[in-house]
Amino acid sequence: MTFGSWLALVVAIVLSAEVVRWLRHRALRHERWRRFFRHPTAAWGCGILTFFIIVAIAAPLVAPLDPIVQPDPVRLKNHPPSLTFLMGTDVFSRDVWSRFAYGARVSLGIGALGALIAVALGSCVGAVAGYYRRWVDAILMRGVDIGLALPRIFIVLMAVALWDRLPFAWLTLVIGLTSWFATSRLVRAEVLALRERDFVVAARALGAPSSRVIFGHVLPNAAAPIIVSAALSVGNVLLLEASLSFLGIGVAPPRPSWGNMIADGALTIYTAPWTTLFAGLAISLVVMSLNAVADGLRDALDPRQDPA
Amino acid sequence: MTAWLLRRLAASVAIIFAVVTFVFILIHLAPGDPCIVGTGEGVPDPAVCRSLIRQFALDQPVLVQYWRYLVELAHGNLGYSFALHRPVWDALADTMPFTLQLAGAALLIDFGLGLALGIYQAWRLNRLPDVVLGNVTLFVYSLPTFWLGLILLLLFGEKLRLFPVGGASDPVLCPLVDSFYCLADRIWHMVLPAATLGLVGAAGTARFQRAAMLEVAQQDFVRTARAKGLPERRVVLHHQLRNALLSVITRFGLTLPFLLTGAVLVETIFAWPGMGRLTVDAILRRDYAIVTAAALIASSLVVAGSLIADLLLGFADPRIRVHEDAVVDIVTA
Amino acid sequence: MTATPAAALLRVRDLKTYFVTEHGRGTARAVDEISFDLYPGETLGIVGESGCGKTVTSLSILRLVPEPPGHILPGSLIEFEGRNLLALAPPELRSIRGNQIAMIFQEPMTSLNPVFTVGDQIAEAAIIHQRLSRRAARARAIEMLKLVGIPDPEQRVDDYPHQMSGGMRQRVMIAMALICHPKVLIADEPTTALDVTIQAQILELLDRLQHELGMAVLLITHDLGVVAGHTDRVVVMYAGRVVETAPTTELFEHPTHPYTEGLLAAVPRVDTPRSRLQAIPGQVPAATAWPAGCRFHPRCPYAWEKCVAQEPPLLDAGGGEGEGEGEGEGGRHTARCWLVTEPERRQAKR
Repeated sequence: MTFGSWLALVVAIVLSAEVVRWLRHRALRHERWRRFFRHPTAAWGCGILTFFIIVAIAAPLVAPLDPIVQPDPVRLKNHPPSLTFLMGTDVFSRDVWSRFAYGARVSLGIGALGALIAVALGSCVGAVAGYYRRWVDAILMRGVDIGLALPRIFIVLMAVALWDRLPFAWLTLVIGLTSWFATSRLVRAEVLALRERDFVVAARALGAPSSRVIFGHVLPNAAAPIIVSAALSVGNVLLLEASLSFLGIGVAPPRPSWGNMIADGALTIYTAPWTTLFAGLAISLVVMSLNAVADGLRDALDPRQDPA
Repeated sequence: MTAWLLRRLAASVAIIFAVVTFVFILIHLAPGDPCIVGTGEGVPDPAVCRSLIRQFALDQPVLVQYWRYLVELAHGNLGYSFALHRPVWDALADTMPFTLQLAGAALLIDFGLGLALGIYQAWRLNRLPDVVLGNVTLFVYSLPTFWLGLILLLLFGEKLRLFPVGGASDPVLCPLVDSFYCLADRIWHMVLPAATLGLVGAAGTARFQRAAMLEVAQQDFVRTARAKGLPERRVVLHHQLRNALLSVITRFGLTLPFLLTGAVLVETIFAWPGMGRLTVDAILRRDYAIVTAAALIASSLVVAGSLIADLLLGFADPRIRVHEDAVVDIVTA
Repeated sequence: MTATPAAALLRVRDLKTYFVTEHGRGTARAVDEISFDLYPGETLGIVGESGCGKTVTSLSILRLVPEPPGHILPGSLIEFEGRNLLALAPPELRSIRGNQIAMIFQEPMTSLNPVFTVGDQIAEAAIIHQRLSRRAARARAIEMLKLVGIPDPEQRVDDYPHQMSGGMRQRVMIAMALICHPKVLIADEPTTALDVTIQAQILELLDRLQHELGMAVLLITHDLGVVAGHTDRVVVMYAGRVVETAPTTELFEHPTHPYTEGLLAAVPRVDTPRSRLQAIPGQVPAATAWPAGCRFHPRCPYAWEKCVAQEPPLLDAGGGEGEGEGEGEGGRHTARCWLVTEPERRQAKR
C-alpha cells in the first residue's frame, strides 16, 4: 500500500460516513425517509454500500498495484495481510487488495447492470400482464412459471456449455434475462390493484393510448415494489455471478471478480485463507446491506403507513 | 378437489413440456458442429458421428428432430455421454440418490431450524433475542452458499477435524463393515454440506416466518382468541401459527430451486457425488448431453415440488379446499 | 319503584388510556377519565361518533389494548365484582376473559379464525375455562348454535367461517362468547357491519339471550336507533370523555348536552316533512390535541366564554335535584355542560 492509496482508502471511509449523515439529515424532513432510518441496519447498509461503490469507482486511486501484475511469483506468494499488502498476496503473488478493489468494479458492475435488465424486463412484462389481463396475462404468466421452473444456474450452465466461453457482456445479459421472473409477479400484482384506481380510468377516458397509461401513469405508481425488487435483484445477481465465477464459467481470469477470487483462494484455503475470506466477506456484506436497505425501503414506501 | 388436482397436474405437465421444448431450442441455437459438440472432444470420429446422426436424426429437418427428441425422452433416453462412455440416464441415476439425500437433509435443517427461529423471534418481538437473531439471520441469509461451505470446511473439517472434508462415505471400511456403520458414516459425511445448504435456507425461512407471524398477529381473530381468555401460548402456537404456516407452505415450493442450485456448488466443494457435481464436471468437459439432461431433471423436480406445495396448501387452507376455483397467487417475497 | 340499589357488577372509574404516537406528534388521549357503572341484568349503551374512544374503552376493560402504543394509566380503576381488573396477574385475568366477561366484535369475518371450524372455535373457551372434554364441549357448542338460532346446528358445527353469511358469523361470535355463561357481555358495534334486516335480528337475539341468561350487556354503538330500542341506560361519549349519562327514555325525551341534541337532530326522520339534514358542524378533533375548556365548545351552538375557559364537570341534570328517583346511582341523569347551571343560555342559540 502506498501512501496515496492509504489516503484514498481513508477518504473513502470518511466519505461514506458523511454521505449517510447527509442522507439522514435530508431524511428528517420527510415522514417516509424517517421510517427508513428507523432501521439501524438500513443506515449501516447505506454506509457499507456507499463505501464499496466508492472503492469500485475509485479503484485506481485506492489500489496501489495493477490487479494482474505479479510482482514476484516466487518470494511474494501467499503472504498474509500486512501493511504493504493490506489483504495479503494470492497464489500468483498478486496484491489481493488491488484485485479486491478492481474486482469490486466487476462484481458490482455486473450486479447493477444485470439487476437493471432484470427489473426493467420484469416490470414491463408484469405491467403488461396486469394491465391487459385475460389471455395476455395468462400467456405471460405461464412463461413466468416456466422461467421459474428452470433453476437459473442450470440455464446459464447450459448456455455456457453450448456456446463455449461467454464474453463478459453476454454473461451479464444472460444473467439479467434469467432473473426477471420474480419481479414480474410482484409488479403484476401491484398493477392489477392500480388499474382500478380513478386516475387510470381518467387517463383512459381522456383517450390516452394504453402504452402511455401503462408507462406514464401506472408504472410510476408501482414504484414501491419495483424499487424494493431492484435492491434485492442486485444482491441475487451478485450471488449468481459469484457462483458462476467460482465455478470457472463466469468472469474469466486474470480479470478479478469477487467470485473468481474466492475460487483462487479455495485452492490454498487451508494455508492461505485470506483471499477467499475477504472476497466472500465483501459479497456477504454487500448483499446484507442490500437486503437491509430493501427492508427499510419496503417500510418507507409502504403507502399504508403514510400519514392520512 | 379432484378437478382442481387434475387441472394442476395438467398445468405441471404443460410446464415440463414447455421446458423440454425450450431446452431443445437452446440446443439448436448453439453454434458448432453437432458432431464435435456431441463427442465433447475436438476431433469428430466418423463412426461416432454417424451413430449420433442416426440416433438424433441430425440430418433431418428441425421438426423431425424435435419429434425424435420427444420420442426419445418419452422412452427415458436422455442421450449418451461420450466423455463418460455411458448413457446419460445411467450416469444421472447413480448420482440422484446422493443429491436427494443431501437436499432432504438440508430441507429438514432449513425448515426445522428456520421455523423454530422465526416463531421464537415473533414470540420475543423487538426484545434483545429478536434483535440479535434478526441481524444474525440477515447476515447468514446474505452469505454466498459456496463461501459458507468453504468456511465450514476450513473450520470444522481442517482446523478442528470434526468432520470429513469430502466424499459421501468411507470407501475403505464401509463395504466391509455392516450397513449401520455405513449409515452413520454417510450421515457424518453429510453434516457439513447439509449444514451449508440448510443454514442459509434456515436464515431465509426464519426471516420469512417472523414476518408471516407478525402479519397474522395483527389480524382480528388473534384479538378474539385473547378475548376468550386463552393462554398466550395457545394464541400464538395454535391460532397464529396455523395461519402463518400457510405462507410457509407456499414458500416451500420456492425452496426447491434454491436447493438444487445450491447443491451444484456445495457438491463441488465437498466432493459429494451428486447430480450437481456431475453437472459441473460435465460443463468443464463441454458434455452438453449431461448438462441438458440435468437441467430437465432439475426442472421436473421443481415443478413436482411446486405441485406438492400446492397440494399441501389445498389441504391446509380450508378456504381453498372447499372452493375449487380459488386461485392461489403465489407472490414471491 | 323502590329496588334496593344493587351493587354495580362493573365499576369503571377515571379510566385513562393513552396512545403514544411517533415522532413526538403527541400522546393520543383516547380515553380521558371515563367513569360508569354496569349493573347486573341491564343493558348499558355507550354511544358516540368514531374517534370518541368508545372502542378503546371496551378494549381497556379486558386489557386488550395493544401495549406498545397504548397503555392504561395508573389511577384508573376497573372493578369487576369487587376485584380490580387492572391489578390482576395474567393467569387471573385470563380466567375472567371469555368466562365471566366476554366480548364480541364488529367484523365477524375477520374476527373468526379462517382455518378452524366454528365448532372448534366455540368449544375452545369451554375446554379451557370449564375443563370440558372435547366431546362434551362439542355438544355444548351445538347447543349454543341452537340457542343463537342457527338452523341445522349438527351440520353447521363443522363448517368454516367463510362458508357462512355475515349474520350467521355474528351469531357464531355470540355463541362463542356466551358458551361459558359470562356475567357481562361487551358488544362492540356488533351490527355495524351487517345489513339492516340482519341487524334487527341480531339485536333481538341479544335481547332474548340477555333475559334468558341474566347477564349485563355493554352495548357500544354509534347508532342512536340501536340505543333507543335496546338499552336501559346510555352513556354518551365525546372526545374521550363522558358528556351525558341517563336512562334511555330520559335521554331521548330530555337531552341535555348539546352534543346529544345534535346527535338526535341528525337522525333522519320519516314521520316529519322532509327538511335538510341537520349535521353537527365541524369535526371531531384529534386525540392528540383536545380543545381547551369544554371539548365540545368549537362545535357547540350555545358556547360562551365560560365554556372556553373551564371544562365543566359532570353535573346533575336530573328531573329533581340531588339523587334521582329509581334505582340508586343508576337512575341519575348527568351532563357535562354549563347549561345545566345556566339554563337561560339555551335561548341564545347561535
